Amino acid sequence: MKKLLSVLPLLAVVIGIHFLTSATDTMYYLTQMTMSAYYALLIIGLCVLMGYAGQISLGHAGFFAIGGYLSAALTTRNLIPFQDTALVGLLDSAGMLLSGQDLYGEALLVVSPWAASLVAVSAAAVIAVIIGIPVLKLKGHYLAMATLGFGIIIYRVVLALEYFGEADGISEVPAFVLFSGLSVSGNFSDRVQNYYIAWGLLLLGMVLLLNLIDSRVGRALRGIHGSDEAADAMGVNTSRFKLQTFVLSAVFAAIAGVFLTHYNGGIGPSEAGVMKSVRYVAIVAVGGMAHLWGALLMGVVLNFLSLRGVFGSYDDAVFGLILIVIMLFAPNGILSLNLRHRLKRYLRQRKEDREGEA
Amino acid sequence: MALLEINSLSKRFGGLLAVNDVSFQVEPGQIKAVIGPNGAGKTTLFNMISGTFPATSGTVTFQGRELKRQKPFQVAGLGMARTFQNIKMFSGMTALENVMLGRHVQSSAGFMSSMFRMPWTWKEERDIRDKSLELLALLEIEEHAHTDAESLAFGQQRAVELARALALEPTLLLLDEPAAGLNIYETAEVGRLITKIRDLGITVLLVEHDMSLVMDISDEIVVLCFGEKIAEDTPTHIQRDPEVIKIYLGEE
Repeated sequence: MKKLLSVLPLLAVVIGIHFLTSATDTMYYLTQMTMSAYYALLIIGLCVLMGYAGQISLGHAGFFAIGGYLSAALTTRNLIPFQDTALVGLLDSAGMLLSGQDLYGEALLVVSPWAASLVAVSAAAVIAVIIGIPVLKLKGHYLAMATLGFGIIIYRVVLALEYFGEADGISEVPAFVLFSGLSVSGNFSDRVQNYYIAWGLLLLGMVLLLNLIDSRVGRALRGIHGSDEAADAMGVNTSRFKLQTFVLSAVFAAIAGVFLTHYNGGIGPSEAGVMKSVRYVAIVAVGGMAHLWGALLMGVVLNFLSLRGVFGSYDDAVFGLILIVIMLFAPNGILSLNLRHRLKRYLRQRKEDREGEA
Repeated sequence: MALLEINSLSKRFGGLLAVNDVSFQVEPGQIKAVIGPNGAGKTTLFNMISGTFPATSGTVTFQGRELKRQKPFQVAGLGMARTFQNIKMFSGMTALENVMLGRHVQSSAGFMSSMFRMPWTWKEERDIRDKSLELLALLEIEEHAHTDAESLAFGQQRAVELARALALEPTLLLLDEPAAGLNIYETAEVGRLITKIRDLGITVLLVEHDMSLVMDISDEIVVLCFGEKIAEDTPTHIQRDPEVIKIYLGEE
């Protein structure tokens, strides 16, 4: 309940931004705010893994891509040629297929977005388990390198397979109808409702993770971060908890991938790129590692600026620079600098100096 | 029946026989100490009992059940809690949160029920908090409940560590050099707390360097030297044992 209340101010800000943009005729900002919310969803999941459980992942763009690409491919690739196979028949009888016509009036049979997204997110979870079991035995740099390797594999796979559109990615991804009248799509007329869908999802994710951190599981995770050995002696099954957190954060990334792909109407290989994973790690670091609110704030702000093109063609370089600067000057995140406190102290000091002179 | 039975336990690290054919028993309700000079194999013995690494040969039987290849977290679940020589507080957590983490094996909320705050977790969470505050009070550090555990004085951290271990509701408590790094006042204080714990009915097995502490509180003492058991007796007899004196004070 307390956690629900703590996100209410943010909800007010979200509604406030809507009215502000509508009053100043700048509603186009809502598009980037929607996309930023989805990226932030991935980032808060990664924050729990990195900041609380203390396990780094340089492969989270891979999980995002698994969600986005599978959902995109399943909802666009025509199943008509396979119409007579047992699997397609089974999917059809389960009500998981949609039929229609493509641009040229040809018959089209695809997996429905609901079913596709379930498959996509489940696949990400299963892959996270398979990767996580061996990889989470590693620590520090070794874990970073292993997850980096995983990210590179996913990137090369989507580039190599025709099914995933190779270098072009997948476009023409249909809208994801959540309920009748509420759909995830890039249609101009759906802009406001999509803004609220994205932020609703982000706030829901935030409440769930805040709950998790302040619970038996959350304490166990923070314990693992503090001392693996001592947590073990407290009866915490450390490898299982690490794995579960890894899977949880992969699921958050995959859900973000699914929604953003349906919103954008497509996905390209850059979403699976290693630089994306580095960017996510940088944002979690700027937010303060073990700081969910910091991660959410930085996730929204930095992605928004990046999507607005503020960093121009130096986009990736800016995130690299941010990572270096943060590690050097504020390893506990921007919020740890306590700028207001410092400013106050500085002003007080200046006042005292002046009085001393007089 | 003995609570813990160590039966011809040995550990070989390459060419070094760190623990050689050691056997002894710990009876319920007693404080038993293992002493010995540096490198005698005390901590190695401890690590084998708590499951940190397996023995080369020999057996450990706890509550009539032989421990085979159990991981430390499983051993903890069976009712054997331990502390560490170099106190391992969980950083970034308050003293209370440290103790609450000790309630892990006595509670069961998982990822899903924690994220969705299922109603049945509310009571569990409240019980965890109440029990932990009780334990902090028992160890006389309740006023520091909300202080960051790592910022406490060493002696206070020791008390938090004891409270954290007690939170598991163990039948056997393993203490690895509880007086390490403490001054004589703090050592006496920890000794008093350990007897208080024993009086709750919890059996204590400790490894220690500090003779004054061991002689004051132990019911029985095992002396190790170069991995071998050379004596096992009550403190008064150990103090008069010529071989023990020879090891500790050197030959004349």
